[in-house]
Amino acid sequence: MFPGVDKTSERNVPKPGMTWRSGAGPILLLGALALLVMAEPAFAQVPAGRDYGDFPVIGGRAAVWIAAQVHLLFAAFVLGVPMFAVVTEAIGMFGGDERYDKLSKEFTRLLLVAYSATAIWGGILLFLLVTIYPTLFSYLAQIFNLSMWIYVGLFFFESFTLYLYYYGWDRWKKGRAKWFHWGLGIALNVWGTIVMFIANGWLTYMMSPPADVTVDTAPQMIQLWTALTNATWMPINIHRLIANVVFGGAVVGAYAAYRFLAAKSDEERAHYDWMGYVGNMIAIGALIVLPFAGYWLGREIYEFNQQMGITMMGGFMSWLWIIQAFLIGILFLAGNYYLWVGMGRIPGAERFMPYTKYMLAVLIVGVIVWATPNTMIASREEFAAMGGTHHPFLSVLGLMSGKNTAVNFMILTTFLSFLLYRRANKEPVVPWARTGTIVQGAIFIIASAVVLFYGIYGYRVPTIVRIGFSVYQVLTVLACIIGVITIDLLMLRGATSRGTIRWGRMPARSQYALFILAVTFTWLMGLMGFARSGIRQHWHVFEVIRDTSPWAATPALGYSSVVISACVLIFFGLVAFIFWLGSLAEKPVISSAGRTSAAGGIQSDLQPAPSEG
Amino acid sequence: MNTKPWKHPLGQAAIVVVLAYVLFEWGIWLLPPLFGVASAPVPATVVLQYMGTVVVGVLIWVSDSEERWKQFKAPIHRVMVDPRQKVLRTALMVTIPLLVAFMTFDRVRPTVSAPAALRSVHPAPPGQIDFRGETMVLNGLENPLRHEGDLEEHYEEGKRIYVQNCMPCHGDALDGQGHFASAFNPAPLSFQDPGTIVQLTESFVFWRIAKGGPGLPREATPWDSAMPAWEDLLTAEEIWQVTIYLYEQTGWEPRTWEEEGAEGEEH
Repeated sequence: MFPGVDKTSERNVPKPGMTWRSGAGPILLLGALALLVMAEPAFAQVPAGRDYGDFPVIGGRAAVWIAAQVHLLFAAFVLGVPMFAVVTEAIGMFGGDERYDKLSKEFTRLLLVAYSATAIWGGILLFLLVTIYPTLFSYLAQIFNLSMWIYVGLFFFESFTLYLYYYGWDRWKKGRAKWFHWGLGIALNVWGTIVMFIANGWLTYMMSPPADVTVDTAPQMIQLWTALTNATWMPINIHRLIANVVFGGAVVGAYAAYRFLAAKSDEERAHYDWMGYVGNMIAIGALIVLPFAGYWLGREIYEFNQQMGITMMGGFMSWLWIIQAFLIGILFLAGNYYLWVGMGRIPGAERFMPYTKYMLAVLIVGVIVWATPNTMIASREEFAAMGGTHHPFLSVLGLMSGKNTAVNFMILTTFLSFLLYRRANKEPVVPWARTGTIVQGAIFIIASAVVLFYGIYGYRVPTIVRIGFSVYQVLTVLACIIGVITIDLLMLRGATSRGTIRWGRMPARSQYALFILAVTFTWLMGLMGFARSGIRQHWHVFEVIRDTSPWAATPALGYSSVVISACVLIFFGLVAFIFWLGSLAEKPVISSAGRTSAAGGIQSDLQPAPSEG
Repeated sequence: MNTKPWKHPLGQAAIVVVLAYVLFEWGIWLLPPLFGVASAPVPATVVLQYMGTVVVGVLIWVSDSEERWKQFKAPIHRVMVDPRQKVLRTALMVTIPLLVAFMTFDRVRPTVSAPAALRSVHPAPPGQIDFRGETMVLNGLENPLRHEGDLEEHYEEGKRIYVQNCMPCHGDALDGQGHFASAFNPAPLSFQDPGTIVQLTESFVFWRIAKGGPGLPREATPWDSAMPAWEDLLTAEEIWQVTIYLYEQTGWEPRTWEEEGAEGEEH
């Protein structure tokens, strides 16, 4: 550590509100010099010049923060969208429905501009890092130089693969050429994923450096692979991989909503209604598995360092989890709302509508339980009445058992909504349809009972055992989803239709649910990204390189929320521009033949029975 | 309205909102004690949070069906535009802003009580502490007395230490209801509460006893704890003994550390 050195440099940086006691200067200077001498051996191992740069008005940290956050949001979009662009293209190829191919191309068109924006914000971030945190950047560059070069190379490949993928769409449309084109889409994903994994290595190193790296370790002595594959690297990789799909789906949904609201013809409305549905399904579908990846990440953080884990979950960051619970609650509510309103355009859905109020009740109770804080914000009188910071009755809901149970019920309920939506206009013809439905119902009941059992039993066992219970709950829910959907796929083979879905006949308010989804996801990414980064507290590299800048103190939640909200506004301002550009480009050709083509298999998963009737 | 209020979506929505408020404001406070379960008034921030969720739920319910949404809006629309509803409209136009103004005033008016506090009950422990001049690494640290000597003796010794030093505040039932408890705000922690020591490793409890309120990390400032630092008054062994007593007496199992191995390989 180099506190003495850092303090001398700190004085060069204007610090609002800082007072300097007369007479203290020489003493502190002497102290600083003494510390400098003592710290000399360590000092020799890092580059000279530990000064931090500054940035007008908002300060250096906020500048880097905003650049990093907006870059990440665009990056998430351009990594997420190719994943399902390739999948929808494959559905178009194998299912023979051209509309999926067109949809995939439309996704990719959004990517082009978003890709440039990602690169621009990446450049901004890089220049800000180099000018504001030069020493830290130099330190990281000494460890990660090789990976930085590979990163740039992959970025080059990724860009040109994207250009070929988009501009070659119509040229390589048939036969083997189409396979080649699809291969380009896969390559695009491979490059993008490796790029993300590399960048994740840099940031997770700052968070959880290998145990043998200490303040005295020279950066040249740290092995690249060891630094990259640190404790939180793979959990972050997986978490971000899934989250990118969720985010991409949500932003595509918002794009479709924008185009739906601006549509001039019924055909356009029908197309963008369908696109919005696909975006929503991708977002919510991937969201269902996201908590599991997040849980793994949290567990790894806790295992890496107890202090970090407690700061995150029980310390001053814990309130972010309450905000997160609210926001995820909004996501579940908005996603379900969109489906329920969408049932209005599906003949046959009327028979399921009476059940939505019960599902809504489960979701609302789930949000209430999940968002109940363990430590409550209260006045002194209220604390006195409760006999402490824990409410004698509600504190039960503040614990992990209650919260895990709530979120698992919310996932099951959302899955049920999808199931009803999917089945709305279908009439199974297999002879075992009734038995199949009963078995599906039984699976739901058993899964709910198991989740509830572990939720209640969790209060009666030690914490370490209780943590393990959440894995059983998660596995139960996943097993339920897989079991029920398998039966559903088999049961609805050759199903007859109760009528054609009236695509485009959606009230405008449903489209705002799609906007809410996209904005909420973006906010969540910013907030939880702050939690992940903020638990390092006053360290650039946790317990290795101390942050001695004027902005070393972990920012208050209020200030952080303002910065994150600014990032969300900047992002959506730019995204709105990209959407508008999208509307300037070619109009999608809506194939009326496509809407009446045969449905079945995978296709019917994405678009419930577009063909029947 | 031709239908009865409780059959109309607007009326039903209003009923749900009012019932939910009654439940959150008074139900949670007064009903559990009827069944022998302790409860207390719910803090206003939590009631607000719950009500926000319920209102969102109600709005979703009234608008997820086109027909219900039209029914829900119809009386509101009528009041806003129908010339015959002028009196009601005027009354609402006056009452609603006044109500909002009063609520705003009530929230911002100066009071003598301290503002609502956001407090960290589980401050993050440091990786290591300095205890009586010796460095003690907290990460991975377990209570050494669990494997040394007689557990029963440690328990008895811990009991003696607790009664002498801790009981006046934390109570003889370890429920935070000691003789002096009412003098402190916030009150001393109840170890019987499922949100306190059961969530923590014994090393965390050791740290809290040894360093007390003054040793809380900077993130917890301004610290709000009257807990003394016992480092200079109790030995390490005595602190571990009283820790054993806390867990044995309450019946809670201390949180244990994750298995080593995978962790060791990772970093």
